Amino acid sequence: MSPILFWIFAALMLGFGAATLVNRNPVASALSLVVSLLGLSALFFSLDAYFIGVIQILVYAGAVMVLFLFIIMLLDLKAEQRRQISLPVLLGGVAVTALFVTQIALVVRTFQVGNKPFPSLAAKFDDASNIGNMLFSHYNLPFQVIGVLILVASIGVVVLSKRELN
Amino acid sequence: MNAILHDLADPNSILFMIWTTLAKSAGLLGVVLGMVSYTVYAERRVSSLMQDRLGPNRTGFPISLLGFGLKDWSPILGGLGQPIADAVKLLLKEDFTPAYVKKFYYWIAPALGIAAAIISLAVIPFGSKIGTVDMVIANIDIGPLFIFAISSLGVYGIVLAGWSANSKYPFLGAIRSTSQLISYELALGLSVVPLFLIIGKLNLVEIVHYQVQNGWMLLPGLTAGKLPTLSQVLCWIPVLISFLVFTIAMFAETNRLPFDLPEAETELVGGYHTEYSSMKFALFFLGEYTAMITGSSLIITLFLGAWHFPGIPDGSMSGWPGVLWGLVNIGVFFTKVFAFLIFFIFIRWTLPRFRYDQLMKLGWIWLFEIALVNIFLTALIVAFVH
Repeated sequence: MSPILFWIFAALMLGFGAATLVNRNPVASALSLVVSLLGLSALFFSLDAYFIGVIQILVYAGAVMVLFLFIIMLLDLKAEQRRQISLPVLLGGVAVTALFVTQIALVVRTFQVGNKPFPSLAAKFDDASNIGNMLFSHYNLPFQVIGVLILVASIGVVVLSKRELN
Repeated sequence: MNAILHDLADPNSILFMIWTTLAKSAGLLGVVLGMVSYTVYAERRVSSLMQDRLGPNRTGFPISLLGFGLKDWSPILGGLGQPIADAVKLLLKEDFTPAYVKKFYYWIAPALGIAAAIISLAVIPFGSKIGTVDMVIANIDIGPLFIFAISSLGVYGIVLAGWSANSKYPFLGAIRSTSQLISYELALGLSVVPLFLIIGKLNLVEIVHYQVQNGWMLLPGLTAGKLPTLSQVLCWIPVLISFLVFTIAMFAETNRLPFDLPEAETELVGGYHTEYSSMKFALFFLGEYTAMITGSSLIITLFLGAWHFPGIPDGSMSGWPGVLWGLVNIGVFFTKVFAFLIFFIFIRWTLPRFRYDQLMKLGWIWLFEIALVNIFLTALIVAFVH
C-alpha cells in the first residue's frame, strides 16, 4: 500500500478518535468511534491482515457499537450534553496523556528492532488459516480458558438481568 | 501515447487492472440496479397473478413516437415502462424534511443503508473469466466474512433513520429491525461454517472452483458428470441443513415476509422510513432490494455453483470464444439470481407474518442451535470420512 493511503486512514482514525472525546452529543461520539474503528481495520487490510481487519468490523463496529448506540438512544442522555468541563479534570487528562505519549516516544526511540524493515510476505498468504492453526495448536489452552471465561460471563449476565431469583 | 495503449492491453500492468476493475464495477452496478427496478416490477406482477389481479400493465414504451405503426405494443410491452416512470416520479417528488427531525443523521441514514448493500457486491464472483480477467471486483481470501461484516454495518442506516426521525413509530421500527438483524446474523454466520469445513477455503472464487470440479454443494451428483463419492453423500446432509438455515436467516436479514416486522404496515405505519419522502425513501427501497440481490448471489455462490452449469465451459480460453463463454457464464449467474428472486417473491405472497416473540424464538432457539449442532455433525463427518 502506498504511504499516502496510510496517512489518509491514520488521519481519519485520529481525527474521529479526537471527535469521540470532544463531542458533547453521545450519539455523535459513538458514531465517531465507529469511523475510527473502520480506519483501524483499513490499516489492518493494508498490512495484508484481512482476517483481523474484517473481524474488527464484524465484532466492534458491527455488533458492540450497535448495542452501545442502541442503549444511548434508548436512554436519551441529556445530562451529558449540559455538563461543563472542569479545570482539574482537564488538567489531569492532559497530564496523563502527556506522560503516556512521552513513554511511548521513549520506548520507540530505544527499541532498535522496530527500525529494521521486515521481510516482505509471500505473494499468496492465507492469514485466516494461519491464525486458526496458531490458535488451535500453539495457544490451544489459553484459547479454551478464554472460552470458559466468556461462557461464565454470559451466564452471569443472564442471571443478573433476571429480576426475581427463585 | 503508444506506451499507454500498450499498458492498457498488457494484463500485468497497473493501468490494465485499474480500467478493468472500473469497467467491472460500473457494469455490475448497472446490471444490479437495473435488476432492482425490474424486481420491484416482477414483485407487483407476480403478486397480482397470485391474487387474480392484473397489476401494472399499462405504462409501455412510447414506440409510436418513433414512427412504428403499432400502438405502443401494449399487449407485449405493457407495464415494462413502469419502473422507469416510478424512478422519474420518485426523483421529481417534493423532498420534504419534517421540522422536528435531527437533520444531519436524517440525511446520512439513507446513504449508509444503500452503501452497505452495494459494497458487499464487490466480492461476489458473478462470472468465470473473460480472457485473463477474473469476473469478480475484489478477489479476497475472506469473501463471506467481508459480506457479513459490511452488511452488519447496514444496521447503522436503519438505527439512525429511526432515531433521527424523532417520532415513535419509526423508532419502534428501528428497534425491531436492529434486534432482528443482530439475532439472525448469528444464525447466518454459523450456518455456513459446515461449508467451509468441507471445502477448506474462505475465498469465494475458490469455493466456486471446488464446485465446478466436484459438483454443486447442494446437487453434487447431478452437476459434476460423475457419481458422488461416499464422503460427498454423507456431507450432503449437513449441507442441506445449512442451506435451509442460511436461506431462512437470509429472509430475516433482508426484512422480507414472513419476517418483515420492522415495517409491519398495520402496526407501525411504515417502520423506520415513515418520515422519509421522495428519493431518500427510494434509497431505502433500493438498498433493501439490493440486499436481496446480494443475498441471493451469496446463496447461489455458496450452494448452487454460481456461474457454473453442466456442459458450459468457462471463459478462460483466448480470443472470441473466451469472451463469448465468459458472457454466457455471467448470463447463467444472473439467471440463477433472478430465479431465486422469484422464489423470494413467491414466499412473500404465500406466508403470513410472524409474531415478534415467534421471530425471536425461531432465531435464538431453533436456527442458532441447529446451526451449532450442524457444525459438530460436519466436523465428525470431515474427521472420519472426508
